[in-house]
Amino acid sequence: METYYNPADLAKFASVGEGNKKLMDKFFSWYNEVFAAGALSEREKALIALAVAHAVQCPYCIDAYTQSSLEKGATLEQMTEAIHVAAAIRGGASLVHGVQMKNVYQKLSM
Amino acid sequence: MVRHKSMQAFGEALANAETQLEIIQNRCTLPPFDETYQSIGEGPLTATGIEVFQVNVGKLCNQVCRHCHVDAGPDRREIMSRETMQLCLEALAKTDVPKVDITGGAPEMNPNFRWFVSEVKKLGRHVMVRSNLTILLAKGYEDLPEFFAAHGVEVISSLPHYTATNTDKQRGEGVFERSIEAIRRLNHLGYGQEESGLILNLVYNPVGAFLPPNQAGLEADYKRVLNVEYGVQFNHLYTITNMPIGRFLDYLIASGNYESYMQRLVSLFNPAAARNVMCRTTLSIGWDGTLYDCDFNQMLELKVGFGAPMHIKDFDFAQLRTRRIVTKQHCYGCTAGAGSSCGGAIA
Repeated sequence: METYYNPADLAKFASVGEGNKKLMDKFFSWYNEVFAAGALSEREKALIALAVAHAVQCPYCIDAYTQSSLEKGATLEQMTEAIHVAAAIRGGASLVHGVQMKNVYQKLSM
Repeated sequence: MVRHKSMQAFGEALANAETQLEIIQNRCTLPPFDETYQSIGEGPLTATGIEVFQVNVGKLCNQVCRHCHVDAGPDRREIMSRETMQLCLEALAKTDVPKVDITGGAPEMNPNFRWFVSEVKKLGRHVMVRSNLTILLAKGYEDLPEFFAAHGVEVISSLPHYTATNTDKQRGEGVFERSIEAIRRLNHLGYGQEESGLILNLVYNPVGAFLPPNQAGLEADYKRVLNVEYGVQFNHLYTITNMPIGRFLDYLIASGNYESYMQRLVSLFNPAAARNVMCRTTLSIGWDGTLYDCDFNQMLELKVGFGAPMHIKDFDFAQLRTRRIVTKQHCYGCTAGAGSSCGGAIA
């Protein structure tokens, strides 16, 4: 069955640089530095990435950052809480726009 | 689900070393380990000495862990005889090898285990025992902590995770709780306390098809959680990569993870780890006295090669300490990422 997403394609990520190596090199240089330990630990960064992967619904990123979280020592409980944070922000972001709905409702209603 | 018997007891194909090797060598296309190793520019992988006699005194065990590369269990009957232990002692006496690392199975279940430890100590060598902890609570073995302390034995114990869920998933229901109780007994004798000189090291294995985390970071987590939640202490944590051998190989294949796991090991080949693999300074002795480069080669029945003597009765220190190591594709397991050895990360 053909699908838009193929897990094997994740390993081909670097090939996206074939059209412009310079930009891709800059991206990976920055990307690798982002995920190095700093004020946040590598594990915290992997968990943030896992949560964001769910928010942006990127299957490649979910695949990569589930593995990365495990290899940074995260537990299933921590990973589950991380994606609940993503879900809460997504849900909350919809709900908070209810204020806008109410503003318009009040303006239009007698 | 946790097993109650070995793969061998069920006559499973993967209980056979030849079948395992056939899979490891041919199931997916990977660059040959020898070529990858030689790309770091040091020629073939060769021993640089012998600092550790790693003696596997048998496959008998009270546990049947899901990741066990030995396929050990209560049904296994291969154990080292006193005569073979005597040959090990005679070989050891001819050398200045400082450490003897006793493993299994549950090595304590070998009826000659205590005698062997005492004899090694008489030769003035440091003794390490790979204990699974729960054996220390089993009937007839309850005085082992005192025996270990009296002989100054370094205890190295698997505790795959600091949570009960993850540990029990790999090693069986209730193993975490019993392991904590065993650590308490060891702590009571001074194990894990800096000033006592009695060393208790724990071992982390990934509970699945992924590599271990950073050793120092995870050690800090283990120390914090085990101390705060359970009031127990230990000295160091070793993170060990699961080798694609035995029951872990079975798991990798059954779960559809084999190819991706092997490719990950290859992609994370680390020259610094490769330079320090433990086989360069270890001699592994099987239950029947056969010599191997490491415990993993032992389970794959890959004897020492390239002209080195293959049995402890023919022990030749000069020849063995400069021997060329026998390698196959599973060797990528020791060279990926921070590397892996019986003493944890190596790079």
